[in-house]
Amino acid sequence: MSGSGDFPTIFELSKPGRRAWSLPEAGPDAPATSIPDEHRRAEPPGLPEVSELDLVRHYTRLSHRNWSIDTGAYPLGSCSMKYNPKVAEEVARLPGWQGLHPLADEELVQGAMQLLGELERALCAATGMAHLTFQPAAGAQGELTGLLIMRAWHARKGDVRKRVIVPDSAHGTNPASVTLAGWQAQEVRSDARGLVDFEALQEVLDDDVAGLMLTNPNTLGLFERDIEKIAQAVHEVGGLLYYDGANFNSIVGKVRPGDMGFDVVHLNLHKTFATPHGGGGPGSGPLAVTEELAPFLPVPVLEWGEDSNRWHWEVDRPDSIGRIHSFYGNFGIDVRAYAYLRSLGPEGLARVAERAVLNANYLKTLIAEAFPTPYPGTCMHEFVATAKGLKKHGVRALDVAKRLIDFGFHPPTIYFPLVVEEALMVEPTETESKETLDALGGALVQIAAEAVSDANLLHGAPTSTPVRRPDEAQAARHLKVRWTPG
Amino acid sequence: MPELPSDRRYTDQHEWAREDERRVTVGITDFAQDQLGDIVFVGLPTAGTEVHAGQPLGEVESTKSVSDIYSPVTGTVVESNADLDANPELVNSDPYGRGWLVILEAAEEGALEGLMSAEDYGRAIEEK
Repeated sequence: MSGSGDFPTIFELSKPGRRAWSLPEAGPDAPATSIPDEHRRAEPPGLPEVSELDLVRHYTRLSHRNWSIDTGAYPLGSCSMKYNPKVAEEVARLPGWQGLHPLADEELVQGAMQLLGELERALCAATGMAHLTFQPAAGAQGELTGLLIMRAWHARKGDVRKRVIVPDSAHGTNPASVTLAGWQAQEVRSDARGLVDFEALQEVLDDDVAGLMLTNPNTLGLFERDIEKIAQAVHEVGGLLYYDGANFNSIVGKVRPGDMGFDVVHLNLHKTFATPHGGGGPGSGPLAVTEELAPFLPVPVLEWGEDSNRWHWEVDRPDSIGRIHSFYGNFGIDVRAYAYLRSLGPEGLARVAERAVLNANYLKTLIAEAFPTPYPGTCMHEFVATAKGLKKHGVRALDVAKRLIDFGFHPPTIYFPLVVEEALMVEPTETESKETLDALGGALVQIAAEAVSDANLLHGAPTSTPVRRPDEAQAARHLKVRWTPG
Repeated sequence: MPELPSDRRYTDQHEWAREDERRVTVGITDFAQDQLGDIVFVGLPTAGTEVHAGQPLGEVESTKSVSDIYSPVTGTVVESNADLDANPELVNSDPYGRGWLVILEAAEEGALEGLMSAEDYGRAIEEK
């Protein structure tokens, strides 16, 4: 964080009549348009009036307060805040991609369609799936798309089912998507290994279960070792298996969801395939399915015409669930993912997974004494440690997270997943060096020592930032989204 | 050590229940509110809703998480605590008093008999 002290909001800088723009006088040929009275607002909007220089300085100063992966380490568990290689940005900015018009005729954008076709083949190869749509704008929309496809598949067979099983360690989007798709989410608990409790799963499986949503490795960073058994049990009652690809970055190039028995897979290109993420978006959450589910994919479907020898958009798909995004998703993001894939190749991708897992296990070991993990064994790309041991000193996971900011690191995810008390969910990603991991681990160990020697320091942290501890409870209880003077 | 009034019974899901001639007042324990942190929203059923022992009754949202509240008994909702709409922080500041959640009409007499005493509950949370 740079810049100290507070500075005025853009509204407080406002002086009547100041402008950051100037428009020429309308010529004599300008059409005389006016907004009908019923569409005019009664009072003018309270927009700030500032000069161009004031405007530039204000937002530049604000931007200096941003934290990003380009600034420092960002071990935000579950979010895979890894470095996006700049080559992908370079490629996406080529004028041929940048100037594409979404309404251009097919014959004018064959190159772009070719890129999507090749990326679809590559991602299907990586997941072990048959077909894929790029329409979903991010993971959660991918989930909904997948569930609607599952629903259409069941409906086609005249099979009305009611429930979808979701483990208690799942991302909150899973039960939310299930509800949105018109089903009921049923939780299944984790066992002492931190994995799906297979016996508990068997108890809830019946012919009313439409499917199971699973993240593998799960949000505890643990690989669901019973996956083949789980897949068989779900398929036996006529259900489908949904793979939440949020953690695909830890297995890419190593093992494929299709081979584990999954029928539907979403990927987060903004996680595994290093495209911009979290405010730098937009995202892209392509959804891949087996051959059997392909007829239900959203239209338009990208197809290669063997006779015409060109790509085209196929809309004549009577079983399709329909369109779920305008045009064909967020194309610019797909270009970045393509560039990332091509620059690494299959071996490079496998090394990404290896390094992500190695880094997480190294950091986990560094801090194990101060912040142990409640489940035994090695982890995958992330781990969930507990700050429970500091409670007797009056220190919580929140205090540890806030104090870490003073050491120049973004805090890890806290209080998720819910199955771990005082959870610290750490994902260093494959792009951090050993030196950075040592510094991060050292900071966490020191914070644990400070909790014993000077708990007040942690309660007051961060001490180095212009804004210290916003009152989160007050903000949530009395949400104010509009600035008003005074 | 969190406060534990002995005039009521407790569940292993950290709800308390106090019976007054089949009217059962339900809330969450001091331990629970401390674990949840600052509570920012409480979602409760309307009067007349039927609830079942061990099934979700409503939810509490804190700055950390959203958690289900499980009904300690089977019965019908008589009243929900309307004060919590504007002041959910009452659950934090007065969990056994003004931060109560619902009043239920129990379906059967002696509905609280299977629940834990203050002593047993105190021991259960000490092991945590």
